[in-house]
Amino acid sequence: MDRSVNLLDLALGFDEPSPLRGKVVLIEDCVETSGSFVLHQMMKRVLSPHSSDALIFLAFARPFSHYDRVLRKLGCNLATQKTNNRLVFVDMLMMKCSDGDDNVSGVAKLFREIQGTVRKLGNVTNRNITVMVDDMSLLEIAATNSNSDHVLDFLHYCHTLTCESNCSLVTLNHEDIYSSMERPAYLLQMVCLADIVIKAEPLASGLANDVHGQLTVVNKGMISSKSGKGSSRNKLQNFQFRIKENGIEYFYPGCSRS
Amino acid sequence: MADSIFRKLRDGGEEGELAPALTIEETVASPFALDVSCYLLANLSSSILAGKSKSEYILETLKFNLFLLHYRVFMKSSLLCRGLVLVTFSRSPSFYLQFLKQKGIVVSSSSKWIRVLDCYTDPLGWIDQPSTGVTEGPSLVKLNKCVSDLKRLFSSVIDAGREMVGDGKTRFSVAIDSVNELLRHSSMPLVSGLLTDLRSHAQVSSFFWSLNTDLHQEKVTNALEYISTMKANLEPFCPSPDGKRNALENLFLAHQDFGKGRFHVRFKLRKGRVRVMSEEYHVDQTGINLSPISSAESVIAATKSLIPKASYLVLSYLFAVKLCGLRLVVLLVQVHFNLQLSEKERVEKEKVVLPFEHQDHGKSTEIYDGRRTLADGKTEATPLSSGELQADVVSSGKGGEIIYFRDSDDEHPDSDEDPDDDLDI
Repeated sequence: MDRSVNLLDLALGFDEPSPLRGKVVLIEDCVETSGSFVLHQMMKRVLSPHSSDALIFLAFARPFSHYDRVLRKLGCNLATQKTNNRLVFVDMLMMKCSDGDDNVSGVAKLFREIQGTVRKLGNVTNRNITVMVDDMSLLEIAATNSNSDHVLDFLHYCHTLTCESNCSLVTLNHEDIYSSMERPAYLLQMVCLADIVIKAEPLASGLANDVHGQLTVVNKGMISSKSGKGSSRNKLQNFQFRIKENGIEYFYPGCSRS
Repeated sequence: MADSIFRKLRDGGEEGELAPALTIEETVASPFALDVSCYLLANLSSSILAGKSKSEYILETLKFNLFLLHYRVFMKSSLLCRGLVLVTFSRSPSFYLQFLKQKGIVVSSSSKWIRVLDCYTDPLGWIDQPSTGVTEGPSLVKLNKCVSDLKRLFSSVIDAGREMVGDGKTRFSVAIDSVNELLRHSSMPLVSGLLTDLRSHAQVSSFFWSLNTDLHQEKVTNALEYISTMKANLEPFCPSPDGKRNALENLFLAHQDFGKGRFHVRFKLRKGRVRVMSEEYHVDQTGINLSPISSAESVIAATKSLIPKASYLVLSYLFAVKLCGLRLVVLLVQVHFNLQLSEKERVEKEKVVLPFEHQDHGKSTEIYDGRRTLADGKTEATPLSSGELQADVVSSGKGGEIIYFRDSDDEHPDSDEDPDDDLDI
């Protein structure tokens, strides 16, 4: 087995080429356990020097410098990738929408921009394009002012890109924001759209020094219209992780090396 | 069981009646309504393709038959479902066409038995394209760019169907892959109105749609269930312990059983009877696989929940004789209840030990009067002093006893006498 492939990569199917082509991945986290490291790891995978895949990154949470520093420690230079036209970084920190129809036109405009970029980047043959959103709850706050329907429409349109252009869509969302709601329709809709759901949460047994949390990966998949793909359909995997300075260590419960 | 759903959808309703409608219900923890829809889609498509050639053959050979039979079969064949209109909200048309191709059903632009109304690609008209609304002209896939306009959606479905089968009595089936998207853009009364209008259209033979019940209020789910004549429900192996509030948590509780569960179908029969059937499902890369539930008892339990017990049918003949001139009226009444026990039930009943019966075999029955007898004193001393015996009694779980000592002889022993008999009231 390739040493660079860890448990999360295996759960996502990265032992095969382009496992996320045409799929939607949702990462759910909470205040106690951030899931942004999963996003960073997937960024690194997409921008791997062994592939020609491209990434469109919608940053609602942090500026470019933050991601640049984090990814540099993981061994990936974002500035170089930008220059090579493999990374399109869309800084959404300043996105503000007013009430009413402007919200609709705002997210519609954003989608059209993404669609245009996908078409431009898709000129390279055999290139898989990944659209990442960090994070959806901030998009909801920024764009809709407590009306989540426009964001769901935006998500639907992004989903069409997975069919039309075989793009991958990766989103991060904070589950605990909706914990007080009896029926968090927005969150449930996102889960329904996703093919793979990754949940980062604290250990059920409480805080520990050498284990920083646990990940649950549900590979729902969908009935495939392409033969051979999605062999890991309907798998649910659970493992723990420890965040280190230059990477993440994944292990099954009770198998920590430290 | 899935076959019976398919047969009902294939055969359609009688002339002048509402078309049979099926709601396929899924949850976040068992999101496989798409698999069920695809299963039905493939079967209906095969049936339509086979039915076309078969009906033509019937009409040719009927020339040799009697006129009455000729007429009846001709009428039946004219009511056959000859086409399918698929309204896509959650997947692109290419997904379904590719799926059908995988099942050996090739769909080309010249196919005259299927039409796809695309409400997925651009439901709100965000994508800049010259056309607006529904694309015009006969084509396999029609794009709908305004899904909130349900009147237009209704006429688009009917137009697409008529394009295939014409304006006569020939009918077509309608499938909507996700009502959730429809409900997100329109209110419940409008959506329910659209579904009812489609069902009651003379040319619609049958109708099915899928719904994720976790995304809407229970009222919405119930309303759609009332509209439909059949309900297929996908239940995961670990159902929510406290209702739909933990819908998301259930997804992560599924563990190794994710992709497996129970498939319940409820049929509302024309006479008003409701029939419930259950099977186990297992979803893999090829789609959904249904198999009988391994435990036969659970099937019976599920099936019998809504069916009145009729194991023993007792016919009692009540002859009510009414003399009206020379006429005799006889009433025959059927009563459904048990008058006697079966052999097995009788044996089980014999085994039951009633609590008030004396249970010490071979010992005389004595009513305790509160005083210690000599025999009591002897038997009492032994178990208390013997620790081993006591431990045995406790471990066997049969050692429960009530120890009671009367305080004084003033207390009257239990008797049948009324204790308030001396009161001067």
